[in-house]
Amino acid sequence: MNDEQPRHPDELEREEPGLTPDPAASYTHGDLIHTAPEFALADADVFAAERSDVIKGTSLWRDAWRRLLKNRLAVFGMIVVVLITIASLIGPFIIKKLTGLTPDYIPTDAALLKSIPPLTAPDGSFSWLHPLGTDTQGRDMLARILQGGQISLMVGVIATFVSLLIGVSWGATAGYLGGRIDNLMMRFVDVLYSLPYIVIVIVLLALFRSQTGWGQIILLFIALGSVSWLTMARIVRGQVLSLKNQEFVLAAKATGVSTPGIIFRHIVPNTLGPVIVYATLTIPTVMLIEAFLSFLGFGVQPPLASWGSLVSDGIQNFGIFPWQLVFPGLAMALTLFSLNFLGDGLRDALDPQTRN
Amino acid sequence: MLRFIIRRLAITVPTILVVITITWGLVRLAPGNFYIGEKKLPPAVEKNIREKYGLDKPWYQQYGRVMWNIVRHLDFGTSLKYEGQSVNTIIARSLPVSATVGLLAYLLALLVGVTFGTLAALKPNSPRDYGSMAMAMLGISIPNFVLGPILVLIFSLTLYWLPPSRWNGFPSRSLILPVLTLSGLYMAYIARLTRAGMLEVLRSDYIRTARSKGLSERQVVIRHALRGGLMPVVSYTGPALAFLITGTVVVERIFVLPGLGNYFIQAALNRDEPLIIGIVAFIAIALLLMNLLVDIAYAYLDPRIRY
Repeated sequence: MNDEQPRHPDELEREEPGLTPDPAASYTHGDLIHTAPEFALADADVFAAERSDVIKGTSLWRDAWRRLLKNRLAVFGMIVVVLITIASLIGPFIIKKLTGLTPDYIPTDAALLKSIPPLTAPDGSFSWLHPLGTDTQGRDMLARILQGGQISLMVGVIATFVSLLIGVSWGATAGYLGGRIDNLMMRFVDVLYSLPYIVIVIVLLALFRSQTGWGQIILLFIALGSVSWLTMARIVRGQVLSLKNQEFVLAAKATGVSTPGIIFRHIVPNTLGPVIVYATLTIPTVMLIEAFLSFLGFGVQPPLASWGSLVSDGIQNFGIFPWQLVFPGLAMALTLFSLNFLGDGLRDALDPQTRN
Repeated sequence: MLRFIIRRLAITVPTILVVITITWGLVRLAPGNFYIGEKKLPPAVEKNIREKYGLDKPWYQQYGRVMWNIVRHLDFGTSLKYEGQSVNTIIARSLPVSATVGLLAYLLALLVGVTFGTLAALKPNSPRDYGSMAMAMLGISIPNFVLGPILVLIFSLTLYWLPPSRWNGFPSRSLILPVLTLSGLYMAYIARLTRAGMLEVLRSDYIRTARSKGLSERQVVIRHALRGGLMPVVSYTGPALAFLITGTVVVERIFVLPGLGNYFIQAALNRDEPLIIGIVAFIAIALLLMNLLVDIAYAYLDPRIRY
């Protein structure tokens, strides 16, 4: 790592004379963040503003943002994610306005209770009514996919948020307190890590299967959130270990800040970079697990749908009605693809040292 | 080393017991009963069933009996759904199916992933590199339950080249699609890990030394760089095995293979308590032992690691 010269002229600009990074921490993710002094303290913005006439500094975040924008794949991922999110959120309303179809609308006319291919009217002629066709019960696929997107994305975001809450608190506490408590807490994580948790999640979801659709979704949040925080805890702990002997922590201690105050107000904000990166990469992972569980029939239950449950329905007859499998599968793959690229791009942008 | 193994085994055994206890607890806490079907049973019949399966005893006696049989005799009991078949028989019958598919998939993934990852690392930022990495990202993003049916759609239902499902033993043409489906994700991960590992190693001093000795590029890469560059792949084997288990569940359901995963899902749906506990315990044991083996292999491959 010694051959890693700061690549960006801005990084040189940012460094204040006489403030060299702690060599012990110099190879971890975090050093970029705490070598940027304007970021180390909550009220440092004022400080940065005062200096701005001296050096034209860029904040770490603006710097990272610019690096991110240079990464074409990441920008592509970001745009697609935003578009899919917007489409999922407002799409069903637009469809309802235009055609009167809702995701769970089952035609009352028996002749329409069938799978209609994309861009086809029930009588076989061309029509825009169902751009992606219908499922076996005549429900509009586009509306269902968009509504499924709402639930898939929501599960991804909320479960990631749960894992963030648990993982960051756990890792930061273990890392900061150190010693026997750290040992105990991380050993607990190790044990959980080695468990076949997905198997236990399946047992949990199969046995406690809720009668209501939302009950099952809440069960999913608990199950997914409680298994995906382990890596987050490890990452945050590693960060905290390298941060806790820094001067700003000593300063906080000297001014009498309480231990929880130091952990959550002073240390945790400095671990944000890696945490954001890992959270971005957790979303697709969680969405994949949700889809896997829905595919097995343990996840989201009808009339609600997620991409996983739509794929699962589509598989029933995919030889005859391939669009019922291909379109939700495509929506899912495109979203995961974009989120993964975005996450990779964020990692490169926020953490240039790990870039090859 | 021996101390490390003993210490790890000392953690492993209680962990497995905890897994069994959690599973048992989940099955018992869940609402409903395995014998409740569509019809309501007459109270006398229900009482007989409860007596037969020992459900009339206090919970700690039931728990004690389950644990005692497992610890003392490695006996997980008899399946409630597949009557007259012991859990051990079912596992012994279905394991070869899952293991064959899983092992072949992992070997294929290693072969393809390491090749593409190395090729990408040898020429970073070339079209070759971008191409391999885009393919890898695609492999990570397409869920196997989408990939599998699409492969079937193309190769079985459109081109009629390969059978779409069923188990015909090993070797057989009907293995090709399940193995491809299962290995997609690992191929992608391994390619990415290999690329990252190789990039790091190819910059190091000992590679420069090897090159300056006048070794051929082929020798430098295969004899010197791969050993170091594959370390991330070795450490990924542990998590990969865990994913392989979920992957086999999906693949076995799509391709109707009589493997462990399929039995497990059926057991979970049927509340087949002994079978659930048996399979969960088996998977836990397999996973923990494999992880131990990976750690040992890691220390063996990388002399800098000491336990």
